Amino acid sequence: MNETEISIKNFSLYIENRQILKNISVDIPKNQITAIIGPSGCGKTTLLRSINRMVDLYTPVLAEGEIIINGKNVLDPDINLSLLRKNVGMIAQAPNPLPLSIYDNVVYGLRIHGIHERSALDTRAEQCLQSVGLWSEVHDRLKDPASQLSLGQQQRLCLARALAVEPEILLCDETTSALDPISARHIENELICLKNDYTIVFVTHILRQAKRLADYVVFLYLGELVEHGPAHEVFTNPQDPRTKAYLEGVFG
Amino acid sequence: MDRRIAEERFFKGLMYVSLFIVLGCLISVFAIVIIKGIPSLNISMVTETPHGGYYLGGGGGILNAIVGSLYLAAGAVILATIISIPTAWYLQNFPRSSRFASSTRILLDIAAGIPSLIYGAFVFLIMVFLQTEASLFWGIITVALFLVPLLTRAVDEVMQTVPKKLMDASYALGATKLETVFHVVTKQALPGILTAVLVAFGRGIGDAASVLFTAGYTDAIPVSITDPVATLPLAIFFQLSTPFPEVQERAYASGIILLVIVLITCVGSRYLSKKFTKYCVK
Repeated sequence: MNETEISIKNFSLYIENRQILKNISVDIPKNQITAIIGPSGCGKTTLLRSINRMVDLYTPVLAEGEIIINGKNVLDPDINLSLLRKNVGMIAQAPNPLPLSIYDNVVYGLRIHGIHERSALDTRAEQCLQSVGLWSEVHDRLKDPASQLSLGQQQRLCLARALAVEPEILLCDETTSALDPISARHIENELICLKNDYTIVFVTHILRQAKRLADYVVFLYLGELVEHGPAHEVFTNPQDPRTKAYLEGVFG
Repeated sequence: MDRRIAEERFFKGLMYVSLFIVLGCLISVFAIVIIKGIPSLNISMVTETPHGGYYLGGGGGILNAIVGSLYLAAGAVILATIISIPTAWYLQNFPRSSRFASSTRILLDIAAGIPSLIYGAFVFLIMVFLQTEASLFWGIITVALFLVPLLTRAVDEVMQTVPKKLMDASYALGATKLETVFHVVTKQALPGILTAVLVAFGRGIGDAASVLFTAGYTDAIPVSITDPVATLPLAIFFQLSTPFPEVQERAYASGIILLVIVLITCVGSRYLSKKFTKYCVK
């Protein structure tokens, strides 16, 4: 049951000579939802963006240790980033539809990875929009600009777009924080359905959300991994005093 | 309290004065050109090339200069766009802190500030070296040369305003830098790029100094890229510098024609950029 999908070993990260993440080691289980929790600025998002190597996109970074996915170290400078990111999808904090139509947004990744056959694109677009519950809302206006959708719909579109390239892992960076409660719950339900087929890593600072969603919890504090383990254990019986304090709301 | 309200009124008054100066200049330029030009404006101005003795008060029109200017500006803008857009793409690949990118931008800004006459003189030197004659081709080269820095910086600025989150979305799906710049940045920036291109067209068609030595001047409509070509600003200049009041009046009429062309370009750019904002993310 607890097969490992992402294995992080002694991972440290420096940005502009400042250490952001300190010697993190954790195995993220396959086909479960792993919540990374912790106060603002503890490095949650940085850790998440390290897994698909978005972290060094705009600024040079120095990384030590390993992040192993499918036997390959993603920190290897020679890794094929395009294939890595095809395998490790990401959904951002705020919805970020591309300046294209709804349809073109969903198939963007497929086209990037060389699929241009109309029927294949159509089928996949419908499948993905179905699986995020958006098909019935948009099937008659696929050519409309994606930016015309509501924020909640946009975020589901982004989820569909990530699913279209058939990743194994989904990284969610506070994916519901820009949404209203109902849309947020919608996304949460999708994620719970998706965990049978995908490994989901979810960054959140909302404890209740972590409790609702997580099977496995990773608690970060000031760039350090304080505690990790199955969700019910961490939430009911935290071992470290800092985890305990955080769960009790002493700091946030 | 009273002092603050007085300050508020003072600065409001100041803004009205500035607005008045700007609009006043614009309107008086328009008014003078139109009032002085209208009497000489007739259909043969835009349908005929100059007959013999046109610059002494003879019949004909300035179709040669209208067509010449359009050829020249269109050719130059196409050439400049072909060079500028890839340069702007390339500049997007560097982080904001990059020395190379920022010094390139400064150089382009300086190049954009160089008077167009200097570009004309530069191309003229090349022409002397190659022992060739003034023609549409060299005119296009000159105008393109002084449009490239303007256009590159304008397109670059527009592309820099594209939100990072859009690029993230593209990268996160495994797109390369080229694909991201091509499919996402350019699409989002398209209305701005279009405006920049049409503004460049306006600059190109209105410039006299750069083509003074390089494009030549002729009363005929060019049929080949190696023919010399007349331009509207030079036509205006030559007509104004005659001693005959009726020919000088025609210079103002030519001015109206040039204004109308620039106006159409502006309105067109507005319309087109609105049309292309449909898919843009706000």
